[in-house]
Amino acid sequence: MTSNTVEIFDEDVRQRAREILARYPADRTRSALLPLLHLVQSVEGHVSPAGVEFCADVLGINKAQVGAVASFYTMYKRRPTGDYLVSVCTNTMCNVLGGQEVYDRLSEHLGVGHDETTEDGTITLEHAECLAACDYGPVLTVNYDFFDNVDPDTAVGLVEELRAGRRPQPSRGARLCTLKEMSLQLAGFPDTREGAVADGVPGEPTLRGLRLAQEHGIAVPGFDPNTPIKKKDDGASGQPATAAGAAAQPATAAGAAAQPATAAGAAANKPASDAKPAGDAPKPQEGTLRGAKEEAK
Amino acid sequence: MTTTPRREVLEKLTPVLTKRWLSPNAWTIRTYEQLDGYQALKKALKAHPDDLIQLIKDSGLRGRGGAGFPTGLKWGFIPQGDGKPHYLVVNADEGEPGTCKDLPLMTHDPHSLIEGVIIASYAIRAQRAYIYIRGEAVHAARRLRNAVLEAYDKGYIGRNILGSGFDLDVVVHSGAGAYICGEETALLDSLEGFRGQPRLRPPFPATHGLYASPTVVNNVGTIASVPYIVLGGADWWKTMGTEKSSGPMIYSLSGRINNPGQYECSMGITLRELIELAGGMQPGHQLRFWTPGGSSTPLLTAEHIDVPLDFESVAAAGSILGTTATQIFSDQDCPVYATYRWLEFYHHESCGKCTPCREGNYWMVRVYRRILAGEGTHEDLDTLLDTCDNILGRSFCGLGDGATSPVTSSLQHFKQDYLDYIEGRKAPRLSSKQLVGAH
Repeated sequence: MTSNTVEIFDEDVRQRAREILARYPADRTRSALLPLLHLVQSVEGHVSPAGVEFCADVLGINKAQVGAVASFYTMYKRRPTGDYLVSVCTNTMCNVLGGQEVYDRLSEHLGVGHDETTEDGTITLEHAECLAACDYGPVLTVNYDFFDNVDPDTAVGLVEELRAGRRPQPSRGARLCTLKEMSLQLAGFPDTREGAVADGVPGEPTLRGLRLAQEHGIAVPGFDPNTPIKKKDDGASGQPATAAGAAAQPATAAGAAAQPATAAGAAANKPASDAKPAGDAPKPQEGTLRGAKEEAK
Repeated sequence: MTTTPRREVLEKLTPVLTKRWLSPNAWTIRTYEQLDGYQALKKALKAHPDDLIQLIKDSGLRGRGGAGFPTGLKWGFIPQGDGKPHYLVVNADEGEPGTCKDLPLMTHDPHSLIEGVIIASYAIRAQRAYIYIRGEAVHAARRLRNAVLEAYDKGYIGRNILGSGFDLDVVVHSGAGAYICGEETALLDSLEGFRGQPRLRPPFPATHGLYASPTVVNNVGTIASVPYIVLGGADWWKTMGTEKSSGPMIYSLSGRINNPGQYECSMGITLRELIELAGGMQPGHQLRFWTPGGSSTPLLTAEHIDVPLDFESVAAAGSILGTTATQIFSDQDCPVYATYRWLEFYHHESCGKCTPCREGNYWMVRVYRRILAGEGTHEDLDTLLDTCDNILGRSFCGLGDGATSPVTSSLQHFKQDYLDYIEGRKAPRLSSKQLVGAH
């Protein structure tokens, strides 16, 4: 660790990094890279060279390997961002329903273009591809929580509220937080704000089909939760399901047998990443949080 | 004016996966347990894993992520007794333009997915499952992470689940904004901590998936269907849908209809019926073109309004059922512009691994800009078709193929619209200042 990364990423962050690594098999910690990048973004608001270095140190891979990944994904921002990332969907459906006008108006109003931040550091604007809410189009998100059926005027009103320090309630998701706070959730840590997980009720379009069915008394007939699960020897012999009870016993045995298999399998089995160019393989000699790699060497 | 659907059309609604969404706090384990929740797990853990695989085969369940591959068959491909760890990976990277069924499911009923994950893992003998959820889906991820913690607390996940001897860990892994990661092998690379780029197949994930181990990758809707099949049985499941496309399907309707939204229906419903459920077309709008299952499925037209929306019938009509993301456009929408916007998307989302997709989409976007700026030529249309010819089937994954779908289908059905721009009958849609690099 250089003094630079030590200064920016304190012990709390390092502890979180260790928690992230623990989610993955001990010899597969590179899987932690995406959440680690979200983690460094939660500290700095973007993935800086120091953030890249931190991830590289934690995983024992080089900075180029981390940088190659960070630059691939849209959600990792390479420049400082505002507190609120406003993403306007301009993919086809939202676009024809008015999303392009919303984006153009916001861009003009805020005086920033795609992936740019207002001078006061409040808002980063971007046009986004399909945000998977086409039944609410046109939509925009603020730190990825939805504001549905927007038009240029409501969108301008929304960003003005944000700039005035208020936090309008999204149409469906949780109450707003900052982009940094959001990034911590993306790194896999629970949203600890009291009641935030409960925030938001399903919107009408989500419920439309279900409501129609309910209003007209439509349900799928014939559902019996006690329908037996057929056993292998059932069919031919025509025996009642219970008669084959003994055969079902391997269920637990299989579970137990798989236990040692995990360890054996890991050793016998080369990771897919080994097939990549030599430079992409983790370097055991580099500093790392885990001891497993040293042993592997 | 919204119209009321006829009774016989209403009866095509099959609320199964969506049925809890109206219940208050359906995302909590308490509500879920009150509504049959985790009953399927208890039942499944008493059965032999092979019998569960057979049950899913018997149900005819097919993948809900777009390709429609038989799920039981996929599970059956996992070699058993091979001494390797097995993995279940849920593809929750919903991003196909028009698709919006998995996010509400995970937001409003996350436990149904988790229960399916546990049963599926038990069936394929996986002790570790990952749910790779789209990065932008933050509220769904909050609910999902919360649900995983609740399930651990109740002993539905963890060591020796409900005394069965079966162990399972479930990790919710957020992506970071890359459509390509919805492609299963790109997803696996991403989950391993690399750029999300597709792998050459074979070998298939069933033998060399996550960490080169046997892996099942299934869509959210597929896995969430499992508890219902375990409870109600294969025969009940097959009372919905068609012979080869069984079960209910969540159709996501968007666009020029009165009531866009999610409609869970028996597979094989037609667009005419779906529009009726959605209260008809918006006033002043006539159906002109639509996608049966996202932008990667060739456009259909008003002529196809009575095509049954199941895997076979849509294929016979020259398109793909895909994700049943039904985007409905009218006579006031321009198919050339719509296609251009989709291409901007494919160009942005191409991972760059395969030259035909990376370069082809780059150039096609430029040709479209030129046409829409009123500066296109007749040769441009040949160039587009030729470029599509060089992309289709020439890339590792389906992204490139998908990009050609709107181009070739719009040229097939709406060539006149292209000619109108080229021959000056239609006013330019883009200004020429947007044309830098187009010539």
